Parts: sequence; structure tokens; C-alpha cells
Amino acid sequence: MKISTLWYSIKQGCKNIKRNRLFSLASIGTIVACLFLFGVFLSIVLNFRYMVKQAESSVGISVFFDEGIESTKIDSIGEQIRKRAEVKEIKFISAEEAWENFKKESFKEEEDQEILEGFEDDNPLADSASYEITLNDISMQKSLVKYIEGLDGVREVKHSEDVANSLSTLQVLVGYASIAVIAILLGVSLFLISNTIHMGIAVRKEEIAIMKLIGATDFFVRAPFIVEGVLIGFIGSIIPIGLLYFMYDTIVSYVLENFSVLSNILTFLPPSEVAKILIPVSIIIGVGVGFVGSYTTARKHLKV
Amino acid sequence: MLRLEHVTMKYPTGVTALNDVNIDIKKGEFVFIVGSSGSGKSTLIKLMLKELEPTQGRIVINGRVLADIPRKQIHKMRREMGVVFQNFRLLKDRTVYENVAFAQRVIETPTRFIGRQVPAMLTMVGLGDKYKSFPKELSGGEQQRVAIARALVNNPSILLADEPTGKLDPKNSMEIMNLLEEVNKRGTTVVVVTHNREIVNLMQKRVITLKKGVVLSDEQRGGYLDEN
Repeated sequence: MKISTLWYSIKQGCKNIKRNRLFSLASIGTIVACLFLFGVFLSIVLNFRYMVKQAESSVGISVFFDEGIESTKIDSIGEQIRKRAEVKEIKFISAEEAWENFKKESFKEEEDQEILEGFEDDNPLADSASYEITLNDISMQKSLVKYIEGLDGVREVKHSEDVANSLSTLQVLVGYASIAVIAILLGVSLFLISNTIHMGIAVRKEEIAIMKLIGATDFFVRAPFIVEGVLIGFIGSIIPIGLLYFMYDTIVSYVLENFSVLSNILTFLPPSEVAKILIPVSIIIGVGVGFVGSYTTARKHLKV
Repeated sequence: MLRLEHVTMKYPTGVTALNDVNIDIKKGEFVFIVGSSGSGKSTLIKLMLKELEPTQGRIVINGRVLADIPRKQIHKMRREMGVVFQNFRLLKDRTVYENVAFAQRVIETPTRFIGRQVPAMLTMVGLGDKYKSFPKELSGGEQQRVAIARALVNNPSILLADEPTGKLDPKNSMEIMNLLEEVNKRGTTVVVVTHNREIVNLMQKRVITLKKGVVLSDEQRGGYLDEN
């Protein structure tokens, strides 16, 4: 394609948008609404994934052994657990370390030190050596727990099933809801873009007829309409990106400030991390919808 | 140059617009195709432009059988023909210059050529000083001149004029016919479809008369035949 033809198509595409102002605005508005919701859902999904990852690295499994177990047996249990695909990291906590940790966490104040005086040569957690395990994927927790509980020499496996399950379930639910809402809105956007292009073709019917008789190629006749659709899609994707970028930080700060109890549980992704995914994906969807809508309509109605 | 061989055109409604029509137009000829309404003149133009396909027979233009030209190549065939219409079909929102330049832009002529060829063509049709005007600011005759300039700017070998004087007064009609004759003298084959009796009789060119889809007569230097 010649540069002059490309330039002509872009100019005509812009003129088409101007001529069909109302229809173009309706199409842009629908894409904005669609991609705004998409952005909201995407931000939620990304944050869920982030939180689940965080949980996976913090929520772990603790494995306690039978009383009087030999250290070689503990090593053997450790080896067996280490081989499992679900395991990201396994760390041995001796009874002494467990007691030291407990003391640090539970007896922080000075007056508490008096209570500890009676335990100088004693370790109340003598049988509390354990393995602390972190997982690759929190949804695999159940199967790993079942496996470890079946190992010889294991007395107890402590884990937080609720956190794992609810985070995984929520992530899946939000994912499905996003797909459903986005699919409907994309359908509406496609329909509106198609209508806008059809309207543009109707308005320029005479010009198109002359173009065909003079000897314009299929591509030359269709190009301005495809440019129009792509431009509508592009504008429709830029606006929600801007809106979401500025709203995201405000909303996250608001949630953390006003629901301080959540700040201990929730860790949000920084806006730049969300933008890294949101910007290219939104533009691809917007431009893609614009292209598909205009190309199919122009192809259908502009046979030379 | 332009040949119709046993061309029949039957519409799906059952109406036969053309019935076994044979016409042979040589390079450089000036031909009138005349006939009253319903004689098949418009169908003939549409067939020549490959807007319609004949139900029987074949049309050959510049050695190429139209039916053999694939859809994606139609534009090449159309670039060899210039078309002028009764109602001018100018783009109302564009100036005279832009209307003529449009024809060149459409076939992707480089801008530097457009800048040279459009003024030359407008001068030829006598509108060199009106290039900035919009169609509504021009008379019917002037608008038809713009349409002729648009049809000729891409140097077609054939000019098809469908009732070019249909909306013009006798004076303007004659001026347009003189212009078409001038174009013909420069080497372009001119085919004029009309029912303007005075013009046809005055010009003394080849006249093909159609009646109810059949060629009634084909005379060199003929006049408007009384169909009855």
C-alpha cells in the first residue's frame, strides 16, 4: 500500500467518525464501558492472584512428629516430603528453635520475663520439632496434607484449609464472572461498531458507487471504514486505561485507610504492575474489536 | 475495442432487457446508442461496466472477455473506461478540483501527478478558472463538464456517456456534445447513450437504435430513427 493511500484512508476514516458523530460516540462509549469493566475485573483477578501467591508463600503446613522419634526418621520424612511437586520449600524447626520463637512472639514485654524464669533449663515444647512447608500452589494443599498424614512417624499436620480454599474459590468465581460480563459487552461493542460502519457506508453510498465505477480496488474502498473501526476501538481503549490508572491508586488507598483491619490480610499490587498488563491487553481488545467489527461489515456491504 | 456477441439479458423477474444483441465498436469511433425508455440502453451500460452479467453471449472490451475477468480484477477493466451520467454524480461536499482529483486518488495516482493533470484536464473542459467552486455554484452544463473531466483524467480508452444531455438545455447540450467530439478527436472511443433526437440528427455519427432489447438498426452517419 502506498503512503498516500494510507494517509488518505486515515483522513477519510477520521472524517467518517466526524460525520457519524452520534453513532461513533455510542460505539466509543460502549467500548469504554466494556474495557472499564474489563479493567476492573482484571485488576481484581490480578490482585487475587497476587494475594494467593502471597498466601502461598506465607500460609504453610506444619508437620509434627511422634514422641521420641529418632532424628534419622525425621530426616527420612523430610526427604519424602521434599520430593513432592506441591512443595516449594521445606524447613526444619527444631524443638529449641520452636521454643525460642514462641518466647519471642509471646513474651515480648519485660514483666513477661518473670514467667520465663522457671523454664530456664526446660523446654515445654520438647516434642515440638516440625517441618514448615510452603507450597507452589495453594490449591494443592489438600492432597499434600493427605499424603503427609499417611506417613509413618507423623503425629499431626497443621494447616489453614479455609484460607486456601476460599482464596482459590474466589479467584475462580471472579474469573468466570469476568469472562461472562466481558463476553456480553464485547458482543454489544461489535454490534454497535458494525452498525456505525454500516451507517457510514449508507451515508457515503454515492461516493462509494463512483469510486467503484472509476476503478477503485476493494481494499481502497474498504480501508477508510476499517481505519474508522480501529480508531473507535483505540479511543475506546485509551479512555478506560486512563480512568482506571488514576482510580486504582485512590481506591486501594481508600480501602486500606478506611478498613484498616483488611490491611493485615490484603496486599495490593502497585498501579504500575496492573498497568503493565492492563494497557497492552485493553488496547489489543479495543483495536481488535474495532478491526473485526469494521472489517466484517465493510466486507459484507462493499463488494466491488 | 468493444464487442457484444449474441448478448441476452434476462432479469430474474422474467423481463428480457436485451435479446441476442450484436454490436462491434472500433477504436476511435463515436457511436450513439438510441432508443426510447425500456429499449435496454441502461442495461447495456451496466453490462459494459460489469455491474451485471449477461445471461447469454459475451462482451469483449480491449480484447478481454468480461465474464473471464475475476471479481478482484474488475477495477483494472473499469480504469480503461470513463463514465459520465445524466445527473452528473459529483460529490457535493468537494470542489471542482477535488472532484476531478478524486478519480486519480481512487486509482492511487501519486499526488505530484494529480497536481499536474487535474488543472490540465479542467482547462481542456473550459473550467480552468472554476477549480475552487463547489458543484452547487455551477450551471448544469458546467457540472457535466466537471463529470467529463473526472471521467477523462485517468486517460481511459473508452468514454461511456449515459444520457449526458438529459438534464441540460439545448445550448448546453450542444456544448457538451462538442466537447465529447473533441475528446473523440484526441483518440478516445466515445459511446453516447441518449434519446435526444436533435443532437443525434445534428452530429451525423454512427447510430445504433435499440427497441425492446433488440438492435433495430445500425447506421454509419445516421440519424434518430423513428422506432414506429
